Amino acid sequence: MLTFNLNKTHTNSAFELDVTFDLNKGDFLSIYGESGAGKTTILRLIAGLDAMHNGHLKNNDTIWFDSSKQINLKPQLRKVGFVFQDNSLFPNMTVLENLEFALKKGQSKSIVFELISSFGIEDLVNRNITSLSGGQQQKVALARAIVQKPSILLLDEPLSAIDDENRHMLQDLLLKIHHQYELTTILVSHNVSEIFKLSNKVLKIKAGKIEKSGTPKEIFTSNTNSNQITLIGTVLDLEYINEVYTILIQSNNGIVKQVVSKVEFSQYKIGELIEISLSGFQTSIQKVKIE
Amino acid sequence: MFSYFYRKDTKIEMIDWNPILLSLKLALLTVIILLVISIPLAFWLSHKKSKLKSIIEAIISLPLVLPPTVLGFYLLITFSPNSNIGSFFSEYLGINLAFSFTGLVIGSVIYSLPFMLQPILTGFNSLPKSLSEASYLLGKSKRTTLLKVLLPNSKQSVITGIVLAFAHTIGEFGVVLMIGGNIPNETKVVSIAIYDEVESLNYANAHLYSGVLLAITFIILLLVYLRKNTNSNLL
Repeated sequence: MLTFNLNKTHTNSAFELDVTFDLNKGDFLSIYGESGAGKTTILRLIAGLDAMHNGHLKNNDTIWFDSSKQINLKPQLRKVGFVFQDNSLFPNMTVLENLEFALKKGQSKSIVFELISSFGIEDLVNRNITSLSGGQQQKVALARAIVQKPSILLLDEPLSAIDDENRHMLQDLLLKIHHQYELTTILVSHNVSEIFKLSNKVLKIKAGKIEKSGTPKEIFTSNTNSNQITLIGTVLDLEYINEVYTILIQSNNGIVKQVVSKVEFSQYKIGELIEISLSGFQTSIQKVKIE
Repeated sequence: MFSYFYRKDTKIEMIDWNPILLSLKLALLTVIILLVISIPLAFWLSHKKSKLKSIIEAIISLPLVLPPTVLGFYLLITFSPNSNIGSFFSEYLGINLAFSFTGLVIGSVIYSLPFMLQPILTGFNSLPKSLSEASYLLGKSKRTTLLKVLLPNSKQSVITGIVLAFAHTIGEFGVVLMIGGNIPNETKVVSIAIYDEVESLNYANAHLYSGVLLAITFIILLLVYLRKNTNSNLL
């Protein structure tokens, strides 16, 4: 269980970060919010990369930070897995060397080969980092973060610069390893469909404070009727052919074409995030309300 | 003018190789000492944001702007047996710093420090911060991170630092003259020897010394640029 009360006053920004939350083992928490809201700072404070002013941070029975007791564990001792947005793989090492570098003193190399096989990167082991595609690099970065079998995995928008096909593949991989290695994962993401797919808890952050917390459905959908099937997607195109108005929507499950009324047709714009609900034989769409 | 340089009565004596060897020895020692000092210092500076960092950077960069004679003058005063440092070295360690090869090495290290430190510091600063952070999060110490991650990824900067410091030490004149004088086999490095030969109107010898110096420095620079361009073509 990860318990945290993080407090930090940014010297260059107008707000104070103040976030308190508990996570159970096996939780997949997504942190959502505008740029500059403090999402990455939360991850960096948990990892010990940034200095905190007040608060406490406890993982199971180990105190990582406690301002009142003046305890501040070094990042080296917190043993969290961390995947940066820019992957931060070491360019002077091959894929295999990057993974082996992550081994603890005396740790068996078998975990490296286990990860290579479960990540399907057998063909990449002797490649230089610079010769890999963005998706391949993030795969290796993810594998490297798991080598020490951390209890907490922190992911700072690792999939934001990856193309759609690879993103879906990496999301599946993330879910698989989250369960396989019984991790508690915290993901910073801007992608609502990704959050729906991966996480069971969401923190919505605004100007350093928790604005809302709950399940993805509680955070992003206005209707919580359990008889409904809800799909979140992005409007790709609006078409008017043979007197029929349709909206092309991209969701996690692929591209969906939805017939709409003329009034609905005029309400939506390309790129907007919408929610499609299916209740009985009725489908309805509405905008996702993100304040 | 041409005949002035090659007067018939100019006697070409056998060239004394010692100044060249002494210069190479001084440059090599200086570079080794500077590497040992500059790598941890650059690592420390790249992690600091305090005012102390600015003060230290300003002090280290002084030789870039100060006339070598000014630096040489202060070093001469510091090295003299009348000063605390000079008397400490002569009394407790039995080393006279002024007009000695040891003093020359210390002077060269101070004089060439910014030429080694700045490229390495720039190299470290140009690496993403997340590289060292990723290493720390994998449980690695600062020392391991420096040796296994930062240094191998700053190879070009380190080579630039070595070449600049080596070339700068080989070419120094003002500081050497002030603190070393012109003692054969002790402080008479090649730049001093050239000056000496010109003063004695032995232009042929001055030409030889200068030619050797020119060839050495050109070959070093050529090797560096060949390596740099080969590496960039590979990327």
